[in-house]
Amino acid sequence: MARSIKKGPFVDNHLQRKVDKLNDENKKQVIKTWSRRSMVTPDFIGHTFAVHNGKKFVPVYISENMVGHKLGEFSPTRTFRGHKDKTKK
Amino acid sequence: MAHIAGVDLPKDKRVIIGLTYIFGIGNSKSREILEKLKVDENTYVKDLNTEQEKAIRELVQNDYMVEGELRTKVAMDIKRLMEIGSYRGNRHKRGLPCRGQRTHTNAKTRRGRRGSSMKKR
Repeated sequence: MARSIKKGPFVDNHLQRKVDKLNDENKKQVIKTWSRRSMVTPDFIGHTFAVHNGKKFVPVYISENMVGHKLGEFSPTRTFRGHKDKTKK
Repeated sequence: MAHIAGVDLPKDKRVIIGLTYIFGIGNSKSREILEKLKVDENTYVKDLNTEQEKAIRELVQNDYMVEGELRTKVAMDIKRLMEIGSYRGNRHKRGLPCRGQRTHTNAKTRRGRRGSSMKKR
């Protein structure tokens, strides 16, 4: 089920504070974050986030199209190299 | 012969079923359309009079996104997901299910290779 509109998009407070600060100072700086659950809001556009995937931080540059998605969607947590080729055996 | 949104409706079926032959119209939208126009859903497509047919055609054309337009939109949505490098986009690129289903077994609809025919991905 989708989230209630009444509540608005969810962004972790600590992350929102950092974004607001950068926006106030008009600076661009990579923001390291573990908050994969935060939704990308329009004021994130143009910033680069280093989103933790459990092992390392994946740099994500936020473009307009990404609004409405969660940060975690851009930082894959699994590496999949494919299954063994059956014909090779 | 009713020709709506570039699709010929099967004339030996009831309208409510006939309309679902249009891509983008299923059972609920079909019912919604007929209710709006006060057309009895049990009339057969071949028994529709010209006015009813025209009314349906206009309503579908103006208020619903169907066929080509809808297909383009779906393709664009998927393309967008792929371009922004999201998880769902990557799953589409690889032809795997993107809503968290298991892929250890099953997932044949997306992954293909149904039955014994082994095709290269």
